[in-house]
Amino acid sequence: MAAPFLVPAVAPLTPRTALEALAGPPQRFLASAWPWRSLAYLLTGIVPGSAFAAVLTPVRAMDGPAAVPVSLVVAAVLLTPVARFERWRLRYVDRQPVRGLPGGWWPGWREAGHTLVGLFALWWVDLLVAAAAIGGPAVLILSPVVQPIAPEGEATLAETFAGSAVGLLLVPVAAYTVSAWAGARAAMARAMLVPQEAEVREIARSRARLVDAFDAERRRIERDLHDGAQQRLVALSMKLGLAGLDLPPGSPAALRLDEARELAGQALEELRELIRGVHPQVLADRGLPAAVRDVAGRSPVPARADIALDRRLPERVEAAAYYVACEALANVAKHSGAGSCTVRGRLRGARLVLEVADDGRGGADPAGGTGLTGLADRVAAVGGTLTVDSPCGGPTTVRAEIPCER
Amino acid sequence: MRVVIAEDSVLLREGLVGLLERFGHEVVAAVGDAAALIAAVAEQDPDVVVADVRMPPGFSDEGLRAVLELRAARPSLAVLVLSQYVEQTYAAELLDQTRCPGGGGVGYLLKDRIGDVTQFAGAVTTVAGGGTVIDAEVVRQLLRGRRDPVARLSPREREVLALVAEGRSNAAIARALFVTEAAVAKHIASILAKLDLPPDADDHRRVLAVLAYLRAGV
Repeated sequence: MAAPFLVPAVAPLTPRTALEALAGPPQRFLASAWPWRSLAYLLTGIVPGSAFAAVLTPVRAMDGPAAVPVSLVVAAVLLTPVARFERWRLRYVDRQPVRGLPGGWWPGWREAGHTLVGLFALWWVDLLVAAAAIGGPAVLILSPVVQPIAPEGEATLAETFAGSAVGLLLVPVAAYTVSAWAGARAAMARAMLVPQEAEVREIARSRARLVDAFDAERRRIERDLHDGAQQRLVALSMKLGLAGLDLPPGSPAALRLDEARELAGQALEELRELIRGVHPQVLADRGLPAAVRDVAGRSPVPARADIALDRRLPERVEAAAYYVACEALANVAKHSGAGSCTVRGRLRGARLVLEVADDGRGGADPAGGTGLTGLADRVAAVGGTLTVDSPCGGPTTVRAEIPCER
Repeated sequence: MRVVIAEDSVLLREGLVGLLERFGHEVVAAVGDAAALIAAVAEQDPDVVVADVRMPPGFSDEGLRAVLELRAARPSLAVLVLSQYVEQTYAAELLDQTRCPGGGGVGYLLKDRIGDVTQFAGAVTTVAGGGTVIDAEVVRQLLRGRRDPVARLSPREREVLALVAEGRSNAAIARALFVTEAAVAKHIASILAKLDLPPDADDHRRVLAVLAYLRAGV
């Protein structure tokens, strides 16, 4: 069976705005709270505008040179409370959260503009739409009561009841009218109050929060492995060693015990490498310079670490920079054929600049391997940039710049 | 020998107590955090302290800090620091802040080494006797950081140098490499000459000189 063609193919399950609700099945829309919410939105819109007009009436009556500055002062004083009110009432027709106002008396240009347009112009329209939508059907429905009936009046009783029926039919139309205008008005308010940069900033913030959450999770994993598996493996290896003391040296049992201890040792070593990749203890304890120095010390290609910072950096910056240093050094060892390399780190203003430079054959292509792309993503997640300079024939320089302010 | 053990994992702490007692050391206190370590040393006045780097309450490097504090107060106290990770940063701090004339022995070992119980007990004895014991992993990293003139050493000489830097005596090096002590002495003389280090008959001073040399180049 075909669906009724008036119903849009895709309707949001739970509408978040009046406009989304409008697009849904009519029976569901009319039975929902959305028409009432829309009406409440329009009616509350009338409040600040009429209040402003009421306050200005005595000012206009002053009729002197002071009138204009006084009305400007009144508008300025009303600006923040009205802006707050505008945001508050937006929730009637728009369930997506809108961030609160900045502190202080000045709410910002966008906010001020939106508020002034509301105060001077739009509230009239709100009033007209609400009045027409309620008034029209109401008068028609009440026509048997309010309409003078023949013989004194002009209409017959039947005509008044017909009018009443038309009025009833107009109620759903009114609901759509009110919701459409309220929805459009709210969409306009959202466009003005929540500029797109703010949404992009919010995305960036949420990405940074994700990175923080991952870092916290890494710390927890490291801690769990350290307190659990590592200690048990050390204890196991110690017990095996002690058991070996009771056996005659060189006996088959002693040899097998030694092999078991060897295996426990290898497991410990692998676990240690794993944990170092997850969250190095020295990074948390001593900060970036020490951690990078230790990584450079383990690098198969002789590496010099030259990191001079005058303070500890935010945790997520340290983690990202450490990751860059580790991955870049691993790349140097795997692909560059370099004889030596240097990791340099400096603070330039509020940005950390970290450079890993080698004397290898170059030709590293960020588009080719996943390693450099992963690095770039990791750096971008903390708001930084990664540049790779690697002409064929070398040398290669990987440079990360990461902002350090909170 | 009177030993104080500081290790927060109960399993390991009890294991260490058993191990050291098995080798005839007297464990006078076994504690689980840095504050208790400082209190135990004040109370027991041990010959040697064996401490984990990472301990409560912060689980970062409280153990190392406590050991450095104890050494600053009493330079003759021998200390052996155990760690789940070998990092040059910690080794450097330990060596820098415990270097003074007449200071007690110093050791820095991976916890993995405990499994070789005989060698571990030997390390405790060496440190208690004023010697230096440095984990082979630290030495490997130090050697890797130096290209010249360490690169001029023969492979055998590099092996010997690594063992010297770990704090082994001539006799121990001879045993490890299956050569005579005389051969070891010859290698060492050659190494010291190539590195421009003064010949020194004293094992401990020699270890410190070699370590200082290796670390200066990193």
